[in-house]
Amino acid sequence: MNPFPISLMRRLGLTILVLLGLSILIFTIARVLPGDPALMALGPRAPDWAVQRLREQLHLNDPLYVQYYYWLRDALQGNLGESLVTRRNVASDIMEFFPATLELVLFAAIIDVVFAISLGVLAGRYANTWFDNLVRVVSYIGVAVPAFVFAIIFLLIFGYFLDIMPTAGRLTPGIAYPPTITGLLTVDALFAGRLDVLGDALWHLVLPGVALALGCIAQEARITRSSVVENLNKDYILSATSHGIPERTIMLKYLLKPSLIPTVSIMALDIASLIAMSFLVELIFNWPGFSRYGIVAMLRKDLNAIVGVVMMVGLVYALVNILVDALVAYLDPRIRMAERAK
Amino acid sequence: MSTPLLEIKDLHVYFKVYEGILKVLSGVDFRVEKKKKVGLIGETGCGKTTTMKAIMRILPALSARIPKGKILFEGKDILEMNSRDLQKVRRRNISIVFQDPTAALNPVFKVGEQLADVIKYSRKEGGTSLSEKEIKAEAVRLLKEVALPDPERIMENYPVQLSGGMRQRICIAMALASANDLLIADEPGTSLDVTIEDQILRLLKRLVEERDTSIVLISHALGAVRGLVDRVYVMYAGNMVEVSDTEDLFSDPLHPYARGLLRAVPKLTGGGIAEGIRGRIPDYLNPPEGCRFFPRCDYAMPICEKNQPPFFNHGNKHEVACFLYQR
Amino acid sequence: MRSLSSRRWKAIRKGWYKFSKSPLSIIGLAVVLLVMFLAVFANYVAPYPGHAEFFVDFARASEPPGWTNLCGTDEMGRDVLSRVFFGFRYSLMMAVVVLALVVPPGVVLGLVAGYFRGMWRSTVIMRITDIFISVPALILALSICSVLTPSVFNAMMAVSLMWWPWYCRLVYGVTSSLRNEFFVQAAEVTGAGTFHMLFREILPNCLATILTKMTLDVGWVILIGASLSFVGLGAQPPTPDLGTMVADGAKYLPDQWWISIFPAVAIVFVILGFNLLGDGVRDLFATEEI
Repeated sequence: MNPFPISLMRRLGLTILVLLGLSILIFTIARVLPGDPALMALGPRAPDWAVQRLREQLHLNDPLYVQYYYWLRDALQGNLGESLVTRRNVASDIMEFFPATLELVLFAAIIDVVFAISLGVLAGRYANTWFDNLVRVVSYIGVAVPAFVFAIIFLLIFGYFLDIMPTAGRLTPGIAYPPTITGLLTVDALFAGRLDVLGDALWHLVLPGVALALGCIAQEARITRSSVVENLNKDYILSATSHGIPERTIMLKYLLKPSLIPTVSIMALDIASLIAMSFLVELIFNWPGFSRYGIVAMLRKDLNAIVGVVMMVGLVYALVNILVDALVAYLDPRIRMAERAK
Repeated sequence: MSTPLLEIKDLHVYFKVYEGILKVLSGVDFRVEKKKKVGLIGETGCGKTTTMKAIMRILPALSARIPKGKILFEGKDILEMNSRDLQKVRRRNISIVFQDPTAALNPVFKVGEQLADVIKYSRKEGGTSLSEKEIKAEAVRLLKEVALPDPERIMENYPVQLSGGMRQRICIAMALASANDLLIADEPGTSLDVTIEDQILRLLKRLVEERDTSIVLISHALGAVRGLVDRVYVMYAGNMVEVSDTEDLFSDPLHPYARGLLRAVPKLTGGGIAEGIRGRIPDYLNPPEGCRFFPRCDYAMPICEKNQPPFFNHGNKHEVACFLYQR
Repeated sequence: MRSLSSRRWKAIRKGWYKFSKSPLSIIGLAVVLLVMFLAVFANYVAPYPGHAEFFVDFARASEPPGWTNLCGTDEMGRDVLSRVFFGFRYSLMMAVVVLALVVPPGVVLGLVAGYFRGMWRSTVIMRITDIFISVPALILALSICSVLTPSVFNAMMAVSLMWWPWYCRLVYGVTSSLRNEFFVQAAEVTGAGTFHMLFREILPNCLATILTKMTLDVGWVILIGASLSFVGLGAQPPTPDLGTMVADGAKYLPDQWWISIFPAVAIVFVILGFNLLGDGVRDLFATEEI
């Protein structure tokens, strides 16, 4: 298919441009606004000469664009500088903590997709019944409650009052981690055949994952529902019914696919909010992920780490956007055809 | 007289909307004999499509109500059928070709797949279970029958890749696949160019003659109907107002509305500007008590205001629902 | 300015009639009005207005909800309910300031970018917009706040800095689709200047979308503001910001749950109100289908 790679290439080129622009933006913010990074790195009681020498080393006396050049050069080689907090390479910090967040966000995303679509389709099919109204009320509340509030409430109810769910970390202390293949505990446990670890990891994922997912489920269920309701009265559904196609086929095939299009279009933004909210939720659940690393970096003014984290988020989000757009194009041939016509 | 293929008796269809109840159909009588071609003309909004949707029982479930009436297919009331029998009627006996072929085709599925599904379930109802290859072969055959070139390639296309005329033909093919007895064509070609519309109408004529199927051709274009059908119904605001053999209607329209309609057609040869009919269709929320054409009728009589006229026979299978023709 | 003509009055009355049909929209409006009232008149309505800022009374600290303190007192003896009212004030203030700062430039840039689509002006604007949208809003806000001294003012500035692109993009979308409509070309042909085109022809058609977004955005800005202060990058204690209160109170969970939970409920309450109102506004502008 000829045009597809071209538009993909153009898309990738644009993405790279945008990420570059983002790096300039965040770099400028990190260097221009706060005080003296060298002083911050060494602490307030460092002797003057040490501060001056560090400034030389970090090129802090050079104009901004020169500093940026050095940063970019290093970054492209994988060196994002040193973290003020952990005193280690920011890049390796990010790599170490990333899988935990990835696992959490993926888990939340899967829950989101499954529940949002099922609830949305059912609410649409049984529109204006008690079920639909219940879903509607729940979704209004779900959208209005920030994920960190859900997190606190769940922690309170399930972690403390009922004491049935874990309140921190990815595994119960004492349980051995499975050998690392992907970094995702669930997957690694599966590979290692350690089903007890798999269960424990999943159990730990539930509270933070659900807290993250609820807002997205609420919104996507509503969109799916109104999409289903709108499409139920479309001529092509009536036509299929009039030709005697069984209801089940109509619902699960002919109605579902077009109805998912608006929902999937929203998914990119929703995944963005999942990533963003993970910054707070990981803090609350003490989840050792890269989002918690990021928020700690922000609280401690760990400039290199902040820049690194923001760039990583930008990169991940750009990938997500491309994937979602590809998915929408797959679902809706009209978009594919419009692309071809260009 | 043998049982008519389709007979609608005194059908009432109401729609519950926010402002109240839309009494769209208030007593529709309609009849189609086996292997006959019937036309249905009337302006937009008069209830033609609603009647046809009622036949197939695809009116919106939440708002549509059928307080009264029967729709008899070969003697059995469709409105009372259980889902099994209804399914059989849909898969084997009657089909609708929708007005807008673009809307009638699912935009995210290939047309071949949609056609294949219709064939599959129609045959299943008939007792035969076809393999994928056989279904595909049948689909190709049907597409050839509706005069589509290169059917194999077309089947792999999405509706958006095809022209309006092609989409209409595909809808016709789908209808043919699931109707052996009656084809209902709802304003075929209205959304297309006149030249394509003409082709489509000719195609329909050929198909029903070859297959010995009955057809109900709905249109608001009188000329289109004239060349194709044997009998014509004229509909106004939810009632049938006149029915006769085609030429009888065009040579001698009886109902004031039908007269107005035929006068309103501009003529290519002389005659000046065509006249319209004054007034507009009634508000279905508060329809007139009596004859629904009463407010617009130049021949209105006192009796027309409070009483809905039944059909009066005017000889030679020409019936008209108007008190002017009361004996 | 012309006085409202009778036609406009009629449109407003009709709009209100349509709006009032939906009970949820009315609830939203009621909630929003209530919150606004509480925010503006907090000094007069709150039972203990003095507790808003610095106040200490350890004798009455950490009391559960009761008749003297409907929502209990926090660890410093301050009345939670009063602080919640003042918290509304900060939340609304943030929303108002941010939107006031963000909407005009965002809309103008969007109009320009959409109208001059294909020219370098438009491309530059949209690329810059893309950069700001390339990370989720909260994260950008967090980063900006993290390098500044945490305060309400800085939080507002940070959020404003990264919020304008969303309006730019929204208006760009509407403008570029309207660009090729006949009425635009007709006006161009009769020699209308750019200013006229943008503000008298295209902008009125964007208003519905902009207003809807603004109403829904209030909820978002409040959410982001609360998130910022929750992590400590926004309002600082003793400022009674809802997010700060939730965070501070979280230390005392689960025993003194009221310190954290009531502000949390307040956040949900105000966001819900604006969401319902925003939905009502959106439905108001949607064309009706028979």
